[in-house]
Amino acid sequence: MRVSKYIRKWFPLFALPTFLAFTLAFLIPFGMGLFLSFTTFRTVDDAQWVGVQNYVLAFTENNDFLNALWFTVRFTVVSVITVNVIAFALAMLLTKAIKGTNIFRAVFFLPNLIGGIVLGYVFQLLINGILGQLFSQDLTYSSAYGFWGLVVVVNWQMIGYMMIIYIAGIQNIPGEVIEAADIDAAGFWRKLVHVTIPMVASSVTICTFLTMANCLKLFDQNLALTAGAPQNETEGLALNIFRTFYNMRNHQGVGQAKAVVFFVFVAIIAFLQLRLTRSKEVEG
Amino acid sequence: MKIMTRVLGVGIALALAFAVTSCSTTDDNGGATGTGSVYFLNFKPEVADVYTEIVAAYKEETGVDVKVVTAASGTYEQTLTSEIAKSSPPTIFQINGPIGYSNWKDYTADVKDSQLYAHLADQSLAITSGDGVFGIPYVVEAYGIIYNNAIMKAYFAMADKAVSINSVEEIVTFDLLKAVVEDMTAKKDALGITGVFSNTSLKPGQDWRWQTHLANVPFYYEFTKNKVDLSEGVTPPTVTFEYGDNMQMLFDLYLNNSTTDKTQLGAKTVDESMAEFALGQSAMVQNGTWAWKQISDVQGNTVLAEDVGFLPMYIGVTGEEKQGLAIGTENYFSINSKVSKADQQASLDFLWWLFSSEKGKAFVANDLGLNAPFDTFTAAETPSDPLAQSVQVWMNKDGVTSVSWDAMLIFPSQDWKDGFGADLLSYAQGKMTWEQVSEDVISTWEAQAR
Repeated sequence: MRVSKYIRKWFPLFALPTFLAFTLAFLIPFGMGLFLSFTTFRTVDDAQWVGVQNYVLAFTENNDFLNALWFTVRFTVVSVITVNVIAFALAMLLTKAIKGTNIFRAVFFLPNLIGGIVLGYVFQLLINGILGQLFSQDLTYSSAYGFWGLVVVVNWQMIGYMMIIYIAGIQNIPGEVIEAADIDAAGFWRKLVHVTIPMVASSVTICTFLTMANCLKLFDQNLALTAGAPQNETEGLALNIFRTFYNMRNHQGVGQAKAVVFFVFVAIIAFLQLRLTRSKEVEG
Repeated sequence: MKIMTRVLGVGIALALAFAVTSCSTTDDNGGATGTGSVYFLNFKPEVADVYTEIVAAYKEETGVDVKVVTAASGTYEQTLTSEIAKSSPPTIFQINGPIGYSNWKDYTADVKDSQLYAHLADQSLAITSGDGVFGIPYVVEAYGIIYNNAIMKAYFAMADKAVSINSVEEIVTFDLLKAVVEDMTAKKDALGITGVFSNTSLKPGQDWRWQTHLANVPFYYEFTKNKVDLSEGVTPPTVTFEYGDNMQMLFDLYLNNSTTDKTQLGAKTVDESMAEFALGQSAMVQNGTWAWKQISDVQGNTVLAEDVGFLPMYIGVTGEEKQGLAIGTENYFSINSKVSKADQQASLDFLWWLFSSEKGKAFVANDLGLNAPFDTFTAAETPSDPLAQSVQVWMNKDGVTSVSWDAMLIFPSQDWKDGFGADLLSYAQGKMTWEQVSEDVISTWEAQAR
């Protein structure tokens, strides 16, 4: 009982730095943002109250915001599935006793260390080069190019990271469990579905959460690869908010309102997803 | 519990001390010398180094520190928005015209009593509102179709040319331009070019030569005809895009006689376009006075200074024989009204030094390469680059009227321009008809001009 008494006594002190940082870097800006979404403003310390007008404009002025929402949803569904399936497959492969697994792990992880803007521009050159050679076209020609281009970029970037998490999960499966399954003469798929996957469910929770949050908030890659072309058809929510805020006349407040809607949307989805995958977890 | 409170107290005190010291360090950045400090937020990344030299020279002469921060290309508005909210905001910033003024009018000081304004050669160029003067232009620029006379001369010397005129100076209408360009395309192998025009760069973010500069011409004619007062800087609530079909004629000419296939323009940049011109792969390119440095800096540049000149952008309007280049400015200095009077004065002093002292003027003409619109500059002090010289020739031609580029300064927003650019790209790719482009131009204008 002495331990918990100490924790209770010293807890505020140790939480203080984090709490201060959280307040400064999150709570205060968030509060300001929420307030500004109900105003028209030019700079953040100089705003006039207009009520919910910004929220109404965000949805009614044109369809761009809803289109961006739909694009983000489609993109997220596709990317979360591809990233996790491929990352898990690679993790399975690289936990086998193959020569050079460490090198492969490092190689697959490396793209994650490159910034989204850089990756976006590099892939823009690559994809434009290929499309130009094959069809005399480029990324701006069809929104399908931009969509799948973004899926490729995000896969390239995130698979390595998710793979590392899955590898850790797979390596933590107790040997006895696998052995028992082997003795029961379970085949590869049986072992995969009934042993491996349930045992790494907590990794699945983490990975789907990370990929989904990143896909919903996608910005750098979107900006660098397509910038919305053609005709804003490949524009995600974050990019749409950015464009509203900076490029439309007297629309800072509308951009801010969209950002609040965006936050609520991401928070709800992330919460639902966490509950869903948590319920499938088993104690290892 | 006693220890706890004490430790907490120390922690909070430390945090406060940290906050206080971090504030005071940012204050020092302004370089205050007691007489007011100057912080200039520079718009042009290409001359960021020059400003470093200017600031050093000014410090040597007057002892005043000037802080210059340069916004990355295309991010000026973002940078200004965040910088101006800080505790030591820019004292000098730049607005891009009447629209910029309407965005920033709460922050621009009245400078009508300044020496800089008093010496502005044409005071109608300044941004005014009521009695006040809120933006002073510091450069006059022009754009049109830049040609390489070496290639043009080679064409006009051909025995089988299909036109009767004999030099590029005789091109004074769209019809003549079209005849020459199309005949040159037919003979492009003999001329050693891959296309008459450099590529029509339509990559998102690289399309300003069309959605802003080219678009200025039809809107200039429309506003002139409807007697819209451009100097007020008020965006009319609606437009008819009456001269849209004229714009289409010149745009088609660019697309069909280009170095690059129409379907591949979505990946092309202005840099590539200028490089094609510099390497002699094309004979013409639409751009402005700022482009000479870009052309001459290309490695393997084959274009000689004495060969470059400007043609106006003819779009087939009646009476266009008298049309000149598009002239104006998008660069106005404003002084931040929310900083102290001393800072405002120090800022004006710095600008006045830059545009009136021998040293400052040398920087302006030679290093910044600006055609400065102040009467403190003599004819000998204009930039030496050939495009600036060509502008002088055009401005002094009898009976020629320049196309004011004020029309593009009242385009509703960046988003409107970007949307127009995306439409032009779709048009080039054959996915939109010109009628659809026109309808879009008109409807998005109405939506965004509010």
